[in-house]
Amino acid sequence: MTGGGEGGVAWGWLVFGLVFWLGAWAFNAWLAQSPYAKNRGVRLLIPALFGVTLLVLWETAVHALNVPSVILPAPSMIWDRITQSLPTLWADFQQTILKGALGGYLIGCAAAVLTAILIDRSEFLQRGLLPIGNFVAALPIVGIAPILVMWFGFDWQSKAAVVVVMVFFPVLVNTVAGLAASERMQRDLMATWGASYWQTLFKLRLPAAMPFIFNGLKIATTLALIGAIVAEFFGSPIVGMGFRISTAVGQLALDMVWAEIAVAALAGSAFYGLVALIEKAVTFWHPSQRGRA
Amino acid sequence: MKTLAPILTVLLAIIVLWYGASVLMNRAWTYDQAARAGTTVTASEVIRDAWSQDRPVLPAPHQVAKGLWDGLAGQAVTSKKSLVYHGWQTLKATLVGFLIGTVLGILLAVGIIHNRAMDLSVMPWAIASQTIPILAIAPMVIVVLASQGITGLLPKAIISAYLSFFPVVVGMVKGLRSPDQMQLDLLTTYNASNSQAFWKLRLPASMPYLFASLKVSVAASLVGAIVGELPSGATVGLGARLLSGSYYGQTIQIWSALFAAAILAAGLVILIGWIERRTLARMGMAR
Repeated sequence: MTGGGEGGVAWGWLVFGLVFWLGAWAFNAWLAQSPYAKNRGVRLLIPALFGVTLLVLWETAVHALNVPSVILPAPSMIWDRITQSLPTLWADFQQTILKGALGGYLIGCAAAVLTAILIDRSEFLQRGLLPIGNFVAALPIVGIAPILVMWFGFDWQSKAAVVVVMVFFPVLVNTVAGLAASERMQRDLMATWGASYWQTLFKLRLPAAMPFIFNGLKIATTLALIGAIVAEFFGSPIVGMGFRISTAVGQLALDMVWAEIAVAALAGSAFYGLVALIEKAVTFWHPSQRGRA
Repeated sequence: MKTLAPILTVLLAIIVLWYGASVLMNRAWTYDQAARAGTTVTASEVIRDAWSQDRPVLPAPHQVAKGLWDGLAGQAVTSKKSLVYHGWQTLKATLVGFLIGTVLGILLAVGIIHNRAMDLSVMPWAIASQTIPILAIAPMVIVVLASQGITGLLPKAIISAYLSFFPVVVGMVKGLRSPDQMQLDLLTTYNASNSQAFWKLRLPASMPYLFASLKVSVAASLVGAIVGELPSGATVGLGARLLSGSYYGQTIQIWSALFAAAILAAGLVILIGWIERRTLARMGMAR
């Protein structure tokens, strides 16, 4: 590759990037129209190729236009940073994801499902709580982060508390909707068998509610990560992803920031994927899961 | 009326619980002060003090209401203490970001439904990007743009746009695909072109989906604007009020800013709901 000199444009990189982009685009367009597009492997290949193209474009654009690394570091530089600071990233991951996000997620979702079962017995409470729950779910709840950090201190407990509040309402609203999902006929059948309230709940209504509950649980995974990271902007011990991002931004060490973002993105996708896998195992009977081998 | 009574009951219960909690959480400070002064306090004195501290752990509802009222109506609108001023700064960024995000989202959705290669390559990433805690990069966007001399409204609007972008893409793709095969076939028998099918069938059919996504994305873009105000010494906006309140232990200020943000969010969602009802009624699609 020919260098374009300081501050100039490196044409070699630019041409390479453009050629790669056009080539990948043409290949993808051909692939999508071709008969192979029905193939499962090809269906994964097309988005993967698109992702790789984005990375290559990013890398070549940074080199070609001599973008300073304080604005946008190249992917290769970010990868170097990730491999060099694995212990730091692991410590941050443990603090923010495993303790803060996961702890809060489990508590919040359990509390929401239990609350939903409790208010399910009273139609009065349902009519009162549901509109309020729907309303609160649309509010900028991250705003309570400074308050909870004040109450629970700087360590992960306050982050978990923020996550609990953030995940509570989406899961509650979905669970209440799910508990109403079983049909009249099915409930009547349970009644003819002399099933008690709890038997009906555990054998019919909770299983029928699972698709709704998992919908809420999947929304809550992203909220949990956001809550845990943003809460650290308001005060944290000297470990954690939000802490690392805000201090690295202050030092203009953007490769570290992007490394943390990459970890957060991976963790977020893995978390979501895990919940989706559990959903698949639990609600195998649901039409949306059937037919997908 | 059937729904109003339960809602009011629940709200009343929340307020009662709140007053109780604020006594429980604030009384330690009262006892502490009394012990230092060498006096004893009666229960009613504790309660009165717990509801009127300057920097309570949990301010009582009437304190928050007073703080909110002071911020909204008690100041000149241009004053740095006015919540109207800060709310307007946040709202500007929210609206600009929301507009950019919505336009880009609709354009991308149009591209996705008309181009199979784009559909297969972009859609999985659009869905995967929902699982990424994108809010975490907000401070970086702010600082990087500030180092380039871009400050004020635009960086916040970019974060808002990013957050409001994906709900619109996903909703619009679904909506533009919602006409069924029979309707598309009918247009083919009329010899309608692709763009005619788009303007006369797909776009009108997508409106309910568009509005459902807009309600999600306007709330998301307000969150984006507020989080965009958190880092690096921002001085205007509701997020900056939250941050300075948490630095100086001004709990009433935090709660007032929080409620102002909640009112703003509710107002935006209600406004979009109203436009939705009007539009769908005019189009004969009201449900």
